[in-house]
Amino acid sequence: MTDQRIAPRDLDWHPPALTPRYRSSILRSPKHKPLSYAPTATELSGPTFGHDSIGPLDDDLIQNYARSGGLAIGPRIIVHGKLMDENGRGLPGKLIEVWQANAGGRYRHKKDGYLAPLDENFGGCGRCISGEDGSYSFRTIQPGPYPWPNGGNDWRPAHIHFSVFGDGFAQRLITQMYFEGDPHIALCPIVQTIPSKAAINTLVARLDMDATIPMDIRAYRFDIVLRGSSATVFENQMEGR
Amino acid sequence: MTAHKESPSQTAGPYVHIGCTPSVAGLSGMYGGKDPGRTMVHPSLAASKIALTFRVYDGDGEPLKDAMLEIWQAGPDGSFNQTDGFENWGRGATDAETGLATFETVKPGGLPDAAPHVLVWIVARGINLGLTTRVYFADEAEQNAKDPIYRLAKDRATTLLARPVEAGYHHDIYLQGELETVFFDV
Ligand SMILES: [Fe+3]
Repeated sequence: MTDQRIAPRDLDWHPPALTPRYRSSILRSPKHKPLSYAPTATELSGPTFGHDSIGPLDDDLIQNYARSGGLAIGPRIIVHGKLMDENGRGLPGKLIEVWQANAGGRYRHKKDGYLAPLDENFGGCGRCISGEDGSYSFRTIQPGPYPWPNGGNDWRPAHIHFSVFGDGFAQRLITQMYFEGDPHIALCPIVQTIPSKAAINTLVARLDMDATIPMDIRAYRFDIVLRGSSATVFENQMEGR
Repeated sequence: MTAHKESPSQTAGPYVHIGCTPSVAGLSGMYGGKDPGRTMVHPSLAASKIALTFRVYDGDGEPLKDAMLEIWQAGPDGSFNQTDGFENWGRGATDAETGLATFETVKPGGLPDAAPHVLVWIVARGINLGLTTRVYFADEAEQNAKDPIYRLAKDRATTLLARPVEAGYHHDIYLQGELETVFFDV
């Protein structure tokens, strides 16, 4: 690793640890403030993943768990965008992992006992490696909203979970993507752990008719931003000589 | 100057294993049956293998049984240069019955300005932003005392210590309470 710096995290932009309306946070939130230090070699470095580390169908949730010839049930969508740092520079070669419920709002997990049925052709996970400019793309089906036990009548908006790697381990992030126009976004205690509307808005994917394929599949655009790192600056400078 | 803000974090939720350790979630055969980060030590380095185990306790003292942990550490030489037979990154789930998370790894080396340590990242239902902590080793007291980040934790630094056990080391992480582990914003 060549970088020696990383932008500090703006903790006020992220959800606080304790958010009582999201009940699970009550017993799982540290009370002490985290201690800060300047990142060392440990935090500035991180794992790398080659394009050969994933399989050809890993980024296609419509097919990657389907029995031969089958397809997952649900509205067919492409989810795509750019993985970048806070300076807007694309982050190439990074592992992006996703997981989600099926079109009925049911996860393929023994702890999910929701009434909606499993889809035998849908597993619910996928992954890809970002391209040279940080772009990434998945094919999947639009997940359904689902109810969850939080003490009231709580329903998750339709969402896709994202796990993302950067250059350094300090950039590691897990977040969720929502869909433009979903009325559950404003009602969801998990979404609303995020303090500002502006921050929430950055997790809402937009319908992208330009990338939609006629008579085939609609597209949603979702850009992901990781903390700024100087590594990309350095590499670009080297290339520009 | 930043043109964009970091994407805000959201909890990994109760089903993180579907995406990150699919075989643990029962999606057998996904990704060729190999969960990412499962194997850190290859046969050529098997002689150096140790087990590093964790439990993560909530405010009621109950172990988390639905968490996902990642570790990132130097090799035996204390650096992040490629060590033959070793992957610096590992990922594991806390066991659904016992809450134990097990990593088969090697003990990291130290450097003059850094005691041997392992970076740990914890995500789970109820954790809104992944928690970062470090593991130091209880049997490295001399080096720990000189490590600037271990020292930063002052009288709470002992919450960072993994204790030697037969197969390697075990570390208990407390999210709350008197023994609350030191977490870092880094
Ligand atoms: Fe979910």
